[in-house]
Amino acid sequence: MSTERAPLWEVFVRPRRGLAHTHVGSLHAPDAELALRNARDLYTRRQEGVSIWVVPAGAITASSPDEKDAFFDPAADKVYRHPTFYEVPDGVAHL
Amino acid sequence: MKNTFALALALGDDALIAAQRLGEWASRAPEMEEDIALANIALDQLGAARLLLTYAGELEGAGRDEDALAYLRDDREFTNCLLVELPNGDFAVTMAKLLLLSAYQLPLYTALAGCADERLAAIGAKARKESAYHLDHAALWVRRLGDGTDESHRRMQAAVDEVWPYAQELFRPWPGAPVDPATLRADFDGRVDAVLAEATLTRPADGWAPAGGRDGLHTEHLSFLLAEMQVLHRAHPGAKW
Repeated sequence: MSTERAPLWEVFVRPRRGLAHTHVGSLHAPDAELALRNARDLYTRRQEGVSIWVVPAGAITASSPDEKDAFFDPAADKVYRHPTFYEVPDGVAHL
Repeated sequence: MKNTFALALALGDDALIAAQRLGEWASRAPEMEEDIALANIALDQLGAARLLLTYAGELEGAGRDEDALAYLRDDREFTNCLLVELPNGDFAVTMAKLLLLSAYQLPLYTALAGCADERLAAIGAKARKESAYHLDHAALWVRRLGDGTDESHRRMQAAVDEVWPYAQELFRPWPGAPVDPATLRADFDGRVDAVLAEATLTRPADGWAPAGGRDGLHTEHLSFLLAEMQVLHRAHPGAKW
């Protein structure tokens, strides 16, 4: 067992054509080539996907839980931003 | 027919013993991710072994199924090559073994996919995709270790030197078989030479050529492997999960 852990990578898998890549988990690997292969073994061995992205975890800028109020609460009371103020015509199934 | 049975049995035994050896890495690989990768490759080999041994049993016509062939034969009745029964050694030795095995299985399964026997062709077509990934995985590590630090280079070269003699047995001419392995040597050399060159490793000279696996004459390592693999089935015949 190596004493120093390899860098962390976040893994995104596209389940099938037409869908977007979805975050499925993370893994350790020394570089991108191995990260991709490890991801193939860890996350797609039960036919979960047709395409994989790996991204260095350090390259992701994430919102902080501390900023939750400032980021997300203001959206809650602005109903006019939601498309609920017009009639949906009959026969439009998936609007 | 006799040759088809013998080839299916030999290749099935190669895959079965390779699977059992690779399985020994479970929970012991250098990293968790590699642990899963080796187990995946072992399961690929086991899948191919099941198809080949099932077919061999049908060709034999003596009522032996895959389990009877895998669990109820003694070492002298196994016809796997010596390469797959060698101990795992360190990680470099395991990768050297996997490199040689997959560089042999890939052109072999590819040739089988185009042979006249429909069952073998179907098995070859399925297994060659898996072999291509095994070769990719082994090549990736051989390159990294060979072209890595002084210590990793030394150990990778030592590993290649150690297992190299066992490659020669793989290409013993087999006239009359659905695919004659002797015809695959150039393909094997091309693939392995490219990996060794990129890994800054020296290709060992062909010299001592241990053989006998295809005739049932094995190293002392196979009996121990079989004892562990077969003990449950022999103690509880017909046991099911």
